[in-house]
Amino acid sequence: MEWFTDIYLDYTLRTVALGSALLGITAGSLGGFALLRRQSLLGDAISHAALPGIAIAFLLTGSKAPLVLILGAALAGWLGAALIASVTLRTRIKYDSALGIMLSVFFGFGLVLLTYIQKMPDANQAGLDSYLFGQAAALVQRDVMVILGIGSAIMVMMVLFWKEFKLISFDADFGATLGFPIHGLDRFLTGLFVIAIVIGLQTVGVVLMSAMIIAPAAAARQWTDRLGRMIVLAAIFGAVSGVGGAITSGRVANLPTGPTIVLIVSAIVVISLLFAPNRGLVFRRVREWKAGKNLRVDAVLVDLYTLASQHSSKDYPHSQRVLDVMSTISGPAKRTLHLLETLGLARQIDAQNWSLTGKGVERAQSVIDSQYGGKLSQ
Amino acid sequence: MSPSTEIQLIAVVVAVACALPGAFLVLQRMAMMSDAISHAILPGIVLAFFITEDLGSPLMIVGAAASGVLTVALVEMLRKTGLLREDAAIGIVFPALFSIGVVLIARYAGDIHLDIDAVLLGELAFAPFDRFILAGVDIGPRSLVIMSAVLVVDLVFISVFFKELKLTTFDAALAGSLGFAPVLLHYVLMGLVSVTAVGAFDAVGSILVVALMVAPPASAYMLTDRLKPMIIISCGIGATCAVGGYWMARYFDVSIAGAMATVAGIVFVLVVFLAPDRGLLSVARRRVSQKLLFGRKMLVIHLYNHEGLPEAKDECRVEHLEDHLRWDHQFANRAVKSCISNSLVNRDGSLLSLTEDGRILARQALVEF
Repeated sequence: MEWFTDIYLDYTLRTVALGSALLGITAGSLGGFALLRRQSLLGDAISHAALPGIAIAFLLTGSKAPLVLILGAALAGWLGAALIASVTLRTRIKYDSALGIMLSVFFGFGLVLLTYIQKMPDANQAGLDSYLFGQAAALVQRDVMVILGIGSAIMVMMVLFWKEFKLISFDADFGATLGFPIHGLDRFLTGLFVIAIVIGLQTVGVVLMSAMIIAPAAAARQWTDRLGRMIVLAAIFGAVSGVGGAITSGRVANLPTGPTIVLIVSAIVVISLLFAPNRGLVFRRVREWKAGKNLRVDAVLVDLYTLASQHSSKDYPHSQRVLDVMSTISGPAKRTLHLLETLGLARQIDAQNWSLTGKGVERAQSVIDSQYGGKLSQ
Repeated sequence: MSPSTEIQLIAVVVAVACALPGAFLVLQRMAMMSDAISHAILPGIVLAFFITEDLGSPLMIVGAAASGVLTVALVEMLRKTGLLREDAAIGIVFPALFSIGVVLIARYAGDIHLDIDAVLLGELAFAPFDRFILAGVDIGPRSLVIMSAVLVVDLVFISVFFKELKLTTFDAALAGSLGFAPVLLHYVLMGLVSVTAVGAFDAVGSILVVALMVAPPASAYMLTDRLKPMIIISCGIGATCAVGGYWMARYFDVSIAGAMATVAGIVFVLVVFLAPDRGLLSVARRRVSQKLLFGRKMLVIHLYNHEGLPEAKDECRVEHLEDHLRWDHQFANRAVKSCISNSLVNRDGSLLSLTEDGRILARQALVEF
């Protein structure tokens, strides 16, 4: 019997991992646009707003087929997004309030409908709850096929409308002056966004869906300044956390898949924020430290040169204490002087006094030429 | 008290307690922090529960408030790196904290009475069965006692620091330069949101916390420009949603929390359309009347320009307005009618002439333009 259990478990694991990975790719890549368009929290609102759509689709059709429910969810989510945009545009209500209201009111109404369905005689509503909290472990092949189909369609659309989506993400006004139908494109992209969200609801649930969208994109943003690379990276991060979450929660008992995926993608965000080249915090700290060091070296070098130019020779020695007082940047000059010595730019004459080397004089002159316009203030 | 009265009382207290800090969240454009905090308090609640094993312990409130403030601190920290915008930071922090809470429950709390459904959705209908008994005396439902305490804390804080909150809300930079510590106040306000959210969560669930913190203040914001009336109206609307939601839930036999959120949405829609001055209908009506006013002015100026001149016979005809002012037929007729009923213009067949009032208006309008 053991081999049977193993294959069965493996099969489940494979299905869940594949579904989560596809989801991560779709949500992650579209999330890139959402991040750039400052709509990070829109995903959260849409995922909550989708709930009544699921309930209404079930009430109308009595079916629990994923496609039917996804269609209902997408319509409700899209309506929520459209209402948010229109309330923000037409009234004094601000974007954040509009998000909060649509999110909670739609969700509340969905809850009303779900409880109504529960009370209905002989309604087979079991399973609708999984859209609330997500049940990745319950993914079956049929669900994965739906995710695969819809996800690929979204990807194709994204590639076809790449230029347009790029334009409305970076400079919608410019796009409008070029004659692009900005509002239509906006609605279209929001529509794709809504679909990407609702296909994920069953796996990770309404609360965690917003992280699936925004976190991979936020991590990817740190590694590159190019949209194409960022979207590809976001898709990879999404896929990695999907597969990682599925495998980890499959291996460890009592570890729900959705939250595990979210924790992994959050860890990727933290790593990216710290270690991404250029933008990363560690990299930035190192750069600042290096810049500070160069600044101090140049400052002390120029100070020494300034003092020496009052005398007959450019390598006339001066006391460290004078340099301490002179330098406006470095604080105590001692450490910087020793650094100059190791660089071969200055040498220590005795306990207190330092002078420039020939190389130091040259370097000081070039610093003065490039940074002080060739002139020194006395 | 009957359970029905008790449930309504709890709902009203929760609604008012949420509306108080909610008004400031809405004005400070941080409405989504209520969503973030109401989810992110989960790990705090779970950890406090592990320590005390009692859902009613005051430590729960402390734990929740701590994780609420932690959320704010983490969001602020991420934002300050300059690598993420605030909304992205919020969108990353609260699902992560919520996930930690869910994992903690799933891993270590298999058989205790704390499930995510309850946190997210709440169930007000059961609230009256959980009594608060002090020294053998039944004081009331536990949620009512806890939420009343939270309400008192909210009320005291907001009345004591009203001036500071007002200043920070409308001009944080000025508040800072006057030495009011807006950052500290921000954290305290967020702590208050967390305490309110945790007090409310087991009665109504975290999503309703968002509904009650955002929808009533946003509706009130459509109705007034002044802070104090806005807070009072928010509380009133919140209480209305509470009672209305209860009866709706009872009538249809559905979730009370969901029904309250639904009523909050209905109130918001009504206010968006019907609010005096700012409602969509009022704005539309004002546009129409302004257009007509402009039309009247254009008409009298037109007549004034041609008055007494040889071409007046052609220019001052109703039919000619369509050519000259490029008005459509309908609007030309409305403008003429409006001018006549305001006795600015006399009509003789299709020939129009100014009255003395019309002449005065035309001169004034020419100066204005």
